[in-house]
Amino acid sequence: MSKYISNVKKQFKFKHIATWASVLLVLIVLIILNGAGALNRSTIGLLSRIAYSIILATSLNLVVGFLGELSLGHAGFMCLGAYIGTFVASLLRNVIDSDLLVLILSMLTGGLVAAIFGFIIGLPALRLKGDYLAIVTLAFGEIVRNIFKNLEVFGGAMGYPSKTYKAKDLFIIAFVVVVIVLILIQNLIRSKHGRAITAIRDNEIAARAMGINVTFYKLFVFVIAAFFAGIAGVIYGHYTTPVLYTTFSYNYSIEILVMVVLGGMGSINGSIIAATLITVVNFLLQSKLSGDLAALRLLVYALILIAVIIFNNAPAFKPIKERLSLSRIKAKKVEKKKDIINDDAAEWNRIETKINVDAIFTPDLPHRDEVDQDGTEDSEKEGE
Amino acid sequence: MSTFIDGLSLGAIYALIALGYTMVYGIAKMLNFAHGDIIMVGAYTILTTLELTGNPYLAIAFSIVICTISGVVIEKLAYKPLRGASPLAVLITAIGVSFFLQSIAQLIYGSKSRPITLPDFGKMSIGSQEINVNTVITLVVGGIIMAGLTLFVKKTNTGRAMQAVSEDKGAALLMGVNVNRIIMITFAIGSALAAFASLFYLMQIPSITPTLGSMPGIKAFTAAVIGGIGSIPGAMLGGVLLGLIEKICLSIPAIGPYTTAIEFSLLIIILLVKPIGILGKKIREKV
Amino acid sequence: MSDIMLETKNLGISFGGLKAVQDVNLKVKKNELYGLVGPNGAGKTTVFNMLTGVYQPTTGTFFLDGEELKGKSQEKINHKGIARTFQNIRLFSNMSVIRNVLVALHNQSGFRYTPFDAMLHTPKYYDVEVRMRDRAKELLDVFGLLEERNNLACNLSYGTQRRLEIARALATDPKLLLLDEPAAGMNPNETAELMSIVKRIRDDFDLTVLLIEHDMKFVSGLCDEVTVLNFGTTLIQGETKEALNDPEVIKAYIGG
Repeated sequence: MSKYISNVKKQFKFKHIATWASVLLVLIVLIILNGAGALNRSTIGLLSRIAYSIILATSLNLVVGFLGELSLGHAGFMCLGAYIGTFVASLLRNVIDSDLLVLILSMLTGGLVAAIFGFIIGLPALRLKGDYLAIVTLAFGEIVRNIFKNLEVFGGAMGYPSKTYKAKDLFIIAFVVVVIVLILIQNLIRSKHGRAITAIRDNEIAARAMGINVTFYKLFVFVIAAFFAGIAGVIYGHYTTPVLYTTFSYNYSIEILVMVVLGGMGSINGSIIAATLITVVNFLLQSKLSGDLAALRLLVYALILIAVIIFNNAPAFKPIKERLSLSRIKAKKVEKKKDIINDDAAEWNRIETKINVDAIFTPDLPHRDEVDQDGTEDSEKEGE
Repeated sequence: MSTFIDGLSLGAIYALIALGYTMVYGIAKMLNFAHGDIIMVGAYTILTTLELTGNPYLAIAFSIVICTISGVVIEKLAYKPLRGASPLAVLITAIGVSFFLQSIAQLIYGSKSRPITLPDFGKMSIGSQEINVNTVITLVVGGIIMAGLTLFVKKTNTGRAMQAVSEDKGAALLMGVNVNRIIMITFAIGSALAAFASLFYLMQIPSITPTLGSMPGIKAFTAAVIGGIGSIPGAMLGGVLLGLIEKICLSIPAIGPYTTAIEFSLLIIILLVKPIGILGKKIREKV
Repeated sequence: MSDIMLETKNLGISFGGLKAVQDVNLKVKKNELYGLVGPNGAGKTTVFNMLTGVYQPTTGTFFLDGEELKGKSQEKINHKGIARTFQNIRLFSNMSVIRNVLVALHNQSGFRYTPFDAMLHTPKYYDVEVRMRDRAKELLDVFGLLEERNNLACNLSYGTQRRLEIARALATDPKLLLLDEPAAGMNPNETAELMSIVKRIRDDFDLTVLLIEHDMKFVSGLCDEVTVLNFGTTLIQGETKEALNDPEVIKAYIGG
């Protein structure tokens, strides 16, 4: 036991819990506000939407940002969760009295069914890469929609008339789920399994040569991400009625992808912020932009996607990016100091310069596994 | 029999679009997600020119020009800066471009579907069968274009340079091939083919929406993958196969509603069983 | 148990109709330093790729410590005890130095915990992670990389990257280490240092080493035996000094 405590002490860092702790803090504040009656109906609804968007974005980030594979079918898993979850809930209500228990059980079933399909769709992922895999996941999303559209049990083209949960409580439960999901995902990333996943992203050939079971990890990430997306779907299904297949179109998958790209691939904190931001903006614009002007929103997404990606990846922007980079500036300062100290040795020691590119302005695939600037800590940092 | 002819002509449309995907994939090694939306651009150009001038032939010519230009401009602005970047980045940008085109179209033309009247040449009879002349035109013109493209790639210098770039970009560069120019030409040809595809598409379904291109686009990509991506005959074969499958499925009432699911399941199965497609070549990763 | 660590029998592979490598018969004794040399394009790296499961040999087979490994996957072969470095360095370049080694420690028997231990941060997780880190530091110390542990791998000098790649390969606890041109791009000082490192790890880690190298001084100073490949076939094999001075070998190198 004392060994356990000393081990925990060795490993523990405040930033490891900072993310979920702050979300929890926000939740507590919201509960207090809610109790005081300071939140109106539409705000409470918005909060549920933010919650499931965060789950969707962080779980997709696991696939896109950490594993480095593109999935365009995330809405498909959500669709499965929404339909199956609410369907199971309607069955369970006949047996179980507690609404909360029904909700929890339906979340687990919705998540599990989505996870099973994540496994099935992850199988091609073992043989396919990049573009092909993206197309397979897209195809999967369309297949799911096409099937639900035609199943009479689920209401067919009219959608499934799910029973919504009490809005006042739903957002609290949804945020508790968010906290749990964040703890699980971040703990996973900060483990040897997380290292294996990012190693596959960085250099699959080397990862294989180091004995990393690439097959297992690809499947595993797909299954976990699908599970969480399924849960998000169940929350959605308890928030909106009817559950309609048209919601989970390819466009919705892209919207989740925009959250991930905007927040930074491989950055969980970024995903949380971007998911919140985009959901709030959508909510505000919904009433302002009616009809065809709604396309303005899509236009903005498109421009964000293109601009962020080109800025972060185009070779031409590299010098600019490096000039803007915070740690570069910081590192230069440090370097200058060194020059003064080792003035005469400077000539010889200049050959190797080790400057760490920072994590804030390069929220893309490379540069995520940063080390601390001061270089005194042993533990490697994960992209957050 | 009429299902078969319909399938062939739908297949010809898919094949034309698939050619754009497969050529760009072969040469620029990227999946041009926005390719389907070029069809939409072509369709709206036909609509606008037709409304302004009333001349269908001018409309067709104009749509070819506009499609070609948009293809080249997209390549220059969005994809060229990313040459050498990770495929994931290029793919996400392409998705962004696709979204961009759709939203622009929706802002200009609205999201409601617009009807369009193209000249109808009526029906003709072959043997005992009555067939739409438009279907025949699709088949004949589509066939000619594909034959022309094959000749172009095989016989001309530019075509051979394209083959060289698709084989080995670095070596082609050393041999004095202007790779950037070849990539630009590829986008131009692919987009021009998409303009033809949009014409034939409108001849079958005479109404236009901003998302008109995305489904045929994704299906045509499926066709390209089934045929073996990077292979020109493969794209044609895959396109025709997919067109036939779609029409045959739709003609059977029991499975008709599930046609989309069947087509995409076919894609997944093909990728699992034979990831290189029917006529594709194996690529070996260098270690 | 024989004293042969690696044995290949008529190992060969052809791409398309082209026979890239044929009839390679190696017998590498335990604890031996064995060289695989030959002009460019002789098929040396292809042999490595077959031994590590990247390519599947079309003819012949190979045994590690008496166990046939032909047809096994890359991961499996690594688990069985063959680790390698790459001709064109393949580090996880955006990870820190220590993280590169930690990734390679992944499969060692003492460092097992499930993804669920990871997600829930069970006591096992903490215990293993602490020990993994200590082990990684030990390994880095052997290669003089301890000070560099928090730097990104891509910011290291070329020679240091090569050393890190060897450290990373060793972290998978191999019986046989394959080094693909370990001295390439190193200056004479670094090469000399590398030679002593290779000798030392052979003794300390009870290793057998098979290496590809163009630097003949490096090979003759280090290897007990060599096999010379030319155009995918074995030109000569035997004790280093004799083999390298063979007129055939000299002809192959100078070009005849």
